[in-house]
Amino acid sequence: MKRHLLSAADLSRDEALLILDTAEELARLADRPIKKLPTLRGRTVVNLFYEDSTRTRTSFEAAAKRLSADVINFSAKGSSVSKGESLKDTALTLEAMGTDAVVVRHSASGAPHRLATSGWIRGSVVNAGDGTHEHPTQALLDAFTMRRRLGSFDGRRVTIVGDILHSRVARSNVRLLHTLGAQVTLVAPPTLLPVGVQTWPCAVSYDLDAEVAKSDVVMMLRVQHERMNAAFFPSAREYSRRYGLDGRRFAAMPEHAIVMHPGPMNRGMEITAEVADSPRSTIVEQVTNGVSVRMAVLYLLLSGSESAIGSIEGESA
Amino acid sequence: MSSFLLRGVRPLGGDPVDLLLSDGRIADVGVVGSVAGAHTVDADGLIALPGLVDLHTHLREPGREDAETVETGTQAAALGGFTAVHAMANTSPVADTAGVVEQVWRLGQQYGHADVRPVGAVTVGIAGEQLAELGAMADCPAGVRVFSDDGHCVSDAVLMRRALEYVKAFDGVIAQHAQEPRLTEGAQMNEGEMSAMLGLGGWPAVAEEAIIARDCLLAAHVGSRLHVCHVSTAGSVELIRWAKSKGWDVTAEVTPHHLLLTDDLVSSYDPIYKVNPPLRTAADVEALRAGLADGTIDAVATDHAPHPDEAKDCEWAAAAMGMLGLQTALSVVQQVMVDTGLMSWADVADRMSTRPARIGRVDGHGRGLEVGAPANVTLVDPSTTWTVDPHALASKSSNTPYRRMTLPGSVYATFLRGNATVLDGKLA
Repeated sequence: MKRHLLSAADLSRDEALLILDTAEELARLADRPIKKLPTLRGRTVVNLFYEDSTRTRTSFEAAAKRLSADVINFSAKGSSVSKGESLKDTALTLEAMGTDAVVVRHSASGAPHRLATSGWIRGSVVNAGDGTHEHPTQALLDAFTMRRRLGSFDGRRVTIVGDILHSRVARSNVRLLHTLGAQVTLVAPPTLLPVGVQTWPCAVSYDLDAEVAKSDVVMMLRVQHERMNAAFFPSAREYSRRYGLDGRRFAAMPEHAIVMHPGPMNRGMEITAEVADSPRSTIVEQVTNGVSVRMAVLYLLLSGSESAIGSIEGESA
Repeated sequence: MSSFLLRGVRPLGGDPVDLLLSDGRIADVGVVGSVAGAHTVDADGLIALPGLVDLHTHLREPGREDAETVETGTQAAALGGFTAVHAMANTSPVADTAGVVEQVWRLGQQYGHADVRPVGAVTVGIAGEQLAELGAMADCPAGVRVFSDDGHCVSDAVLMRRALEYVKAFDGVIAQHAQEPRLTEGAQMNEGEMSAMLGLGGWPAVAEEAIIARDCLLAAHVGSRLHVCHVSTAGSVELIRWAKSKGWDVTAEVTPHHLLLTDDLVSSYDPIYKVNPPLRTAADVEALRAGLADGTIDAVATDHAPHPDEAKDCEWAAAAMGMLGLQTALSVVQQVMVDTGLMSWADVADRMSTRPARIGRVDGHGRGLEVGAPANVTLVDPSTTWTVDPHALASKSSNTPYRRMTLPGSVYATFLRGNATVLDGKLA
């Protein structure tokens, strides 16, 4: 395993599968009465969140705590950052505290990369979402969820729908799913596709109806409210009609196909309630799986690459 | 006033001659005997160029003296072979009045490392709303002839038309920073494959090209002079070629970094590569080199943009845009244009001295190396190489993208009106 997890593109197929396999082992912990391992006892993990994200932060916090790490939550709001402290000085402070891993969420693309490569800190850096760049643990938990539901990735068709331009989830998923052998198609209005998307390892379509019937997975992305008045599309109503997943489109999907969403959802906008709450929706399951995947990432970054099951068996012995 | 006898120097890379600098002028060219009192320089193998003229320098004074001052900036200029620099107007306060431009001009005179030609802002506070007192700046002792809101585009078409018309009264030129503001909202790097991959806001080429196209038409319409700052795209080169083919009075400049560096460097997320306009693709670089070689692009301009360390030692989005350029410009041009056979040293003299001096109406600079011309001369040793140490540069800042790079050629000496500002590669 590498020292940092900055991008899904950094993961080889074997590394990605190691994380998923490790997460599978660690997921068994959830069935135990005491959901805790001593694996990272004495290690310090800092959740350095420059953006609000209760979902991702608590997921990382739960993951680190289940591995017995000491967790420090550092939120930019109300901290020295709001007084003008730079990322570098914050990093130097964390380094001085003996931090072993920094889980960083930042509005600036590349901030985790900068943190990892500038020499400010020696510990591991985990990208918990940077600007419109990447969110690799989200892609890993999505892949974990797909594998649980569908088995292998080879030849599976994954359709990702919505605001690709601003989506770090889409970027990470395209890279990881391609590495794992799935075929990805991005569906969006042309205004919400980045220039240069043609060079990505995926197909691109403007027509959701043409894609749903041949998809094993339809992953809906949140449409951010600020886009709705910024000329990316004429109106919320038109967007919903052309790119929303409603009952009619859901019915056109193959019976085995699943619906995913990284959350939070705009019900009635990109996805209707009946689809979001259907048994073929994995939205809640994705949250659960997020903890297991993040445990696997922290475990592998901080403990080496041996199987996690040894620790679990050792604990129970 | 001292005299210098340069033995065996090669003017514009031509055959060796002796060059006598005396009383501020070139006193003799050819085989010159011993001259009493003259300081003799063994210039065997060195190339003599007319003193370089930069159309685009940020000296940061007044207001950001922590990044650069007129003193340190002109020291860097002299070490880079420049005898005259145009100091951009986006200082604090903005150089939009006769008082500020005169202050900058006088500081240049005081230190004497290079002539400082202040650029006046086109609009008050470079806010793009109201014309600054262009005439007052032209008439004051600083004698401003170049006006620019650099850092910002004069995006209002009516205001741009009026500015172009108005400066005709004193033979001025509007130097436009071509950047359509709406198309570049949130832009962080060149729009393309790399921006899509890195998740950084894209800065489309068309945002530059649309303004250049509009301004060429406006300049032709009112019969005025337009100069386009730091051209960065292949499409921009084509537009300028088209405007020149029409006989319009349009000139353009390119920076050394846009002739060498490409946007794939941004994948490091290292803000040292963050610059406005952004680094573009290899195809753009090739078109810029070709445009400079065939004369479509008139000048190399450094866009020397010093920033203190904290403005670059941070995440990409928070970083300031700009990079140093004065002390590395000639070496980069040698590497990408001369050593590749695209340009001769005579072409370098044309693009880095003669034409920029003509565009800026800088008297006494950009002349040929003939008897009677002002003794503004740069001596270059093209056979050496040097490794760039950011902290060894004269600038107060160290934000050079060429750190640890080995570049060809070095400035051996710079003479301003016959006085050595640099000798043996060091400030005189």
